[in-house]
Amino acid sequence: MPKLGADMTEGLLVVWHKQPGDPVQRGEVIAEVETEKGAIGVESYVTGVLERTLVKPGQTLPVGAPMAIIRTGTEAEPPPAHPTVAAPVQPSPQPTASSPPTAPARSQPRASPAARKLARELGVDLEKVKGTGPAGAVTREDIERAAATAKQPATLDRATRLRQTIAAAMSRSKREIPHYYLSTTIDLQRATAWLADQNQTRSLPDRLLPGVLLLKAAALTLRQVPELNSVWDGEKVVLQEAVHLGVAISLRQGGLIAPAIHHADQLSLPELMAKLRDLVSRARAGSLRSSELADPTITVTSLGEQGVDAVFPIIYPPQVAIVGFGKIVDRPWAVSGQIVVRPVVTATLAADHRVSDGHRGGLYLAAVERLLQEPEKL
Amino acid sequence: MNPTMTTDELRAAIVRNLRKVAPEADAATLDPTVPFRDQIDLDSMDYFNFVLGLHKELQVEIPEGDYQKLISLQSCIEYLAGKVR
Repeated sequence: MPKLGADMTEGLLVVWHKQPGDPVQRGEVIAEVETEKGAIGVESYVTGVLERTLVKPGQTLPVGAPMAIIRTGTEAEPPPAHPTVAAPVQPSPQPTASSPPTAPARSQPRASPAARKLARELGVDLEKVKGTGPAGAVTREDIERAAATAKQPATLDRATRLRQTIAAAMSRSKREIPHYYLSTTIDLQRATAWLADQNQTRSLPDRLLPGVLLLKAAALTLRQVPELNSVWDGEKVVLQEAVHLGVAISLRQGGLIAPAIHHADQLSLPELMAKLRDLVSRARAGSLRSSELADPTITVTSLGEQGVDAVFPIIYPPQVAIVGFGKIVDRPWAVSGQIVVRPVVTATLAADHRVSDGHRGGLYLAAVERLLQEPEKL
Repeated sequence: MNPTMTTDELRAAIVRNLRKVAPEADAATLDPTVPFRDQIDLDSMDYFNFVLGLHKELQVEIPEGDYQKLISLQSCIEYLAGKVR
């Protein structure tokens, strides 16, 4: 069961899209799981043949539990035990995003004294809690989640569970991450004029939205301040090579979700627009893929549509930064000693002070601003 | 393009495409003179998809500069009537 978000602990298998004996391509959706974020397509991380399914529709599995065996090579026999989630059958299985390495068996779960004390207070059995801390240690948050889950009626609707998931992630973020915030207001005269010119030559289906320019600028600029494109593993920062841009999407039934646009810095603007359209559509239809939820490396959120000037967002752990954009609005702007009217947007950065400092964050926002003055480079 | 399209058919096409992006949109309660965005939660992607849907169904060209003429049910009918007739 892939982990589709920092606070996901389990998922319900809805349906298998492949049956034993079926060929499977890497990236192909082989099953659908129900989570508090909706129905998510679980992708295979390898190409091979689905040898065996290990779980039936209707069963709930904890994150990390095996779902199926996929044969990739020329092995004669599958290993009898410890299969991995949608992972290849091979002598030394590689850990994948959907098959996190499992901790070695131990007699007592690792947990801090504070977590043990809390478990006693809340009546939570430590043995039954899956740890998300370093080396699988059970944290206070794990205990709190387990206690909350135990109190939930089985019939909680998806909106309520989504709200609880957001609550857990955001509370954890504010509790653990020392946020710092920076903002800058950016003149978008050149960017919007360039975009209008571009859109004049494009047919309606191929036109671009201004938000796509902002997304691309946010992604490209990470090459200059790469520490913002990283994750905090509980003890140290781990830089991410690829830019998988999480995009905060509000859901019509309430709540939000932030799936990833993979390699956003390498996409052309039309490609980015197409990806964004597809992602928004599928997020709202409840048909996202597991990889899109599992691996954003930084998130961008925009509340300009709601008319707000500036966003001061909360970082999605284990990410270490989030970029916000407010409304594009005409404002008085000083140019060469003259007051003129310009379309401007306020960009904000919330970043993890354990990983970066305000100086680096400032460089990032300044670079975003510079790039938006040269939209042809996007 | 359908040159025989009536105003009612046009209204139905507009509401149909609006409901594709905002299923909660209700023709019975939609105030035709009030901007969609004041009545329904629409973001720029929803709006883009709405305009794209009208373009595809009615087979009309809609320049980007004309988007502001498609802000309400009434303004949509007036604008698109001039395109399809």
